Amino acid sequence: MITVLHEQSEIRCANARADGDELWISAQDLAAATGWSMKPEGLCRGDVCLPVPRDRADSFVEGDMLNATAFWRRMQHPIAHDAAGELWVLGTSAADRGSALGSLQAPDFALPDLAGATSRLSEQRGKKVLLATWASW
Amino acid sequence: MWQSLHASLQVHNFTVVTVAMDEPEAARPWIELAKPTYPCLIDRDHHVAELYNMVNVPQATWIDEQGRIVRPPENAGSSDAFRQMDRTRMQMAPEQIAERNHTKQTYLAAVRDWVLKGSASEFAYDAAASRARLQLPDDAVARAHAHFRLAQTLLKHGKREEAAINFAEASRLHPDSWTIWRQAAKKDATGLAAGPEFWARVDSLGDRPYHRPIDMKGLRQGDA
Repeated sequence: MITVLHEQSEIRCANARADGDELWISAQDLAAATGWSMKPEGLCRGDVCLPVPRDRADSFVEGDMLNATAFWRRMQHPIAHDAAGELWVLGTSAADRGSALGSLQAPDFALPDLAGATSRLSEQRGKKVLLATWASW
Repeated sequence: MWQSLHASLQVHNFTVVTVAMDEPEAARPWIELAKPTYPCLIDRDHHVAELYNMVNVPQATWIDEQGRIVRPPENAGSSDAFRQMDRTRMQMAPEQIAERNHTKQTYLAAVRDWVLKGSASEFAYDAAASRARLQLPDDAVARAHAHFRLAQTLLKHGKREEAAINFAEASRLHPDSWTIWRQAAKKDATGLAAGPEFWARVDSLGDRPYHRPIDMKGLRQGDA
């Protein structure tokens, strides 16, 4: 079973196969894991669509299967995977992180406390927030 | 460090939110001791460090009522004075302790000023000044976080050796990140990654800071 890690999610994909540095995954699984879904315009999330290159369509799409890594490289997002090809991180590019920070709208996240209860930063909207990191080490 | 600040300022529509770049069980005793009344969240995968391009602890960012960053992520009141401590006795000289306390108190006073005065505070930046002070990640940093995420997941699956390879790759790609390096480093009996390897890495900084100095009135450049 292949697991795809993206942002804070960790999704097990029933319909996926690894081939060296390539990850082929069903359109349905890719949408569940990353929010990017296949449309006539290409691979889309929100208003943004990445067209499938016409001259190399076969290396991006095979029936219902998508080459997730080919799309990811085209978007200049980082990829990391384990030796067995079972764990795949489909990361987020420095350009995307940079433009999110540059908007000055504090990037939102959801994290658990010690009891396992999840909080979102955006739940504090309406207050001033000091967001501070620490560690035991 | 934050509980008294939070308690004294929460009536002014303010909250501290802390994020532990840590394993939950390593963070637990510290949180139980501090008895915080603010949200105290656990970020095993260092997601917040990736989102905010943070490289050490403590770092903090100030966020206003509309969710806008008015001070970009930066060192939050820590000093490099520890680098001069007596390493055999793990003791700091009185002037080093004084410098450390001054840095911390100056930072906390600036937070108070902002909470009470809002955008009129000299410590809160407008949009142009905030953007000018943002530290943005490069491609190597983005790749480092992908390898760190993979390493933490491998560790969860008990694959220590393969995790170590990916931690090392993350640190190679993002050498400025102490959060990545120390999370992966060997810890002593008290849970600190402060052995000879840590000090060797600190010493290799030379004239460069461990805690990057911040631009704040009352702190000398190179003080923080």
